Amino acid sequence: MKLSFNVDGDEFTLAGESSSQVKKVLKQLGVPSEVIRKIAIAMYEAEINMVIHANGGTIDVDITPEKVYIVLKDTGPGIPDIDLAMQEGYSTASEKVRELGFGAGMGLPNMKKYSDGLEITSEVGKGTTVEITVYI
Amino acid sequence: MCEYLHSVTLQEEKCRGCTDCIKRCPTEAIRVRNGKAKIINERCIDCGLCIRVCRNHAKKAVTDTLDSLLEFKYKVAIPAPTLYSQFKDILDVNLILTGLKKLGFDEVYEVARGAEIVTAASRKLLENKTLPKPIISSACPVIIRFIQIRFPELINHILPIISPMEVAAREVKANLVKKGINEKDIGVFFISPCAAKVTNVRNPIGFDQSSVDKVLSIKDVYMKLVPILKTIDRVETLRQSSNNGIGWAISGGEGKFLGIENYIAVDGIENVNKILEKVENGKLKDVDFIEGLACHGGCLGGPLTVENSFVAKNHLEKILRYSVKVKKQDNQDMINSDLNLTWSNPIISKPVMTLDQDMEKAIKKLEELERIYDSLPQIDCGSCGAPNCRALAEDIVRDNANIEDCIFMLRQKVREMAEDMVNLSRKLPPAFRKNDD
Ligand code: SF4
Repeated sequence: MKLSFNVDGDEFTLAGESSSQVKKVLKQLGVPSEVIRKIAIAMYEAEINMVIHANGGTIDVDITPEKVYIVLKDTGPGIPDIDLAMQEGYSTASEKVRELGFGAGMGLPNMKKYSDGLEITSEVGKGTTVEITVYI
Repeated sequence: MCEYLHSVTLQEEKCRGCTDCIKRCPTEAIRVRNGKAKIINERCIDCGLCIRVCRNHAKKAVTDTLDSLLEFKYKVAIPAPTLYSQFKDILDVNLILTGLKKLGFDEVYEVARGAEIVTAASRKLLENKTLPKPIISSACPVIIRFIQIRFPELINHILPIISPMEVAAREVKANLVKKGINEKDIGVFFISPCAAKVTNVRNPIGFDQSSVDKVLSIKDVYMKLVPILKTIDRVETLRQSSNNGIGWAISGGEGKFLGIENYIAVDGIENVNKILEKVENGKLKDVDFIEGLACHGGCLGGPLTVENSFVAKNHLEKILRYSVKVKKQDNQDMINSDLNLTWSNPIISKPVMTLDQDMEKAIKKLEELERIYDSLPQIDCGSCGAPNCRALAEDIVRDNANIEDCIFMLRQKVREMAEDMVNLSRKLPPAFRKNDD
């Protein structure tokens, strides 16, 4: 089963709505709660990142009885050094965004911690694609 | 015992089949069928919201009646602290407690006292730091049921401790048995602001059998108590609770008394829902404790109360200030309960939202649901008896409704049929056709 979302980059308050809907769907499908929790955290983190750094983008979710596969695509500034970005505490967030509680430098590390597979491809100036896999 | 049992019920003759309650129910547990609201038992969490929003007063909470006092030889009242807030101008809790004895109870034991014992036990549990953060209070039975249905992955965050009501009932029963009273003769009556407590007494969560025998509504007791209070000439000193226990009735009271600084007190089921979403997203790990109460204003806003919750809060605060003046000490050090307050049974999730046990089938149904939803007008009018178009789509894939239940779809079908008929009526058998037909 496939789901797609457009994430609006202008509204901080809307960030997280797609993850919310995915959670609802997973509950309707009877996905075990530990799995839902992992997906909720990883996807929410990724969605928020997309809003902060890339002015939104698209999310495609593919759900099978074996796994949940989520692809988040944006056409934002890209990540120059992915390895560096994966380190805990590393943050590019502006003061304003940090005040809102985002960008504490735990985004990517958290996504990695809660997903079974995390693939990030990025090109500076073109955009970033994040692929999250969680097995059921 | 049947698995689902509820206090909140419909009085059919009053229901006009409008959409007020179906749209407000937090678990989408109500449908209108044959012109009457019908509660889906597995989904109802007894929040009582539908009681409040119904303009025809067709929903009510079934409680025990005062007649049931006759069933027991030794009758004990355990009033929720919310009761104290219902009487204007009464500052001395002892007066209300004396009134209860005049009403026919042999003994009174305050649930506020139970709350203090729960707090002492909670403190101990919180010290050993094994629970994942944030810890969620188990005080509100609606919230526990809500988590079972909507947030099963948060079950292990719930503080696994029995409620103040249950503690009070167990404590008072144990005391009386020690005094030599036969347990069978004792009837413990909880005086409740809350419909969910009625359900919880009959069908407890976390343990098998409640020590509470009957649940009376504050409303019913209030009516009987008011005339009695006026006739009291000697007030007995019956109060055992301190201000801390009474403060539980106000949203935030539990966390405050626990001495936790870093907590969130949230009331109103829709607000609690938002906070639990955040916990689910891993966003509130920096918070120690969440006190979520389903009713606006906490227990003071319970559906079985008589006074407006804001006014009740004002009254209760007056009582608290008065108690400080007459130097009622915080007696938490005296708590020496040998009762085991932790749950004996695990809390299980109730996946009532799941479309099918078999995930493959569930996926098929969900795809069908999305397809149906796309074809619906998506204006959530409620005329089909479901709270919104998506819920109708869900009902259809569950075989509980038809697409024609949507009046817009029905109209479209009728129109197509009418067009077909017009077209057909124009057709003539070949023998009658003219050349230009
Ligand atoms: S009591 Fe609450 S959960 Fe139950 S039907 Fe009414 S609104 Fe829904």
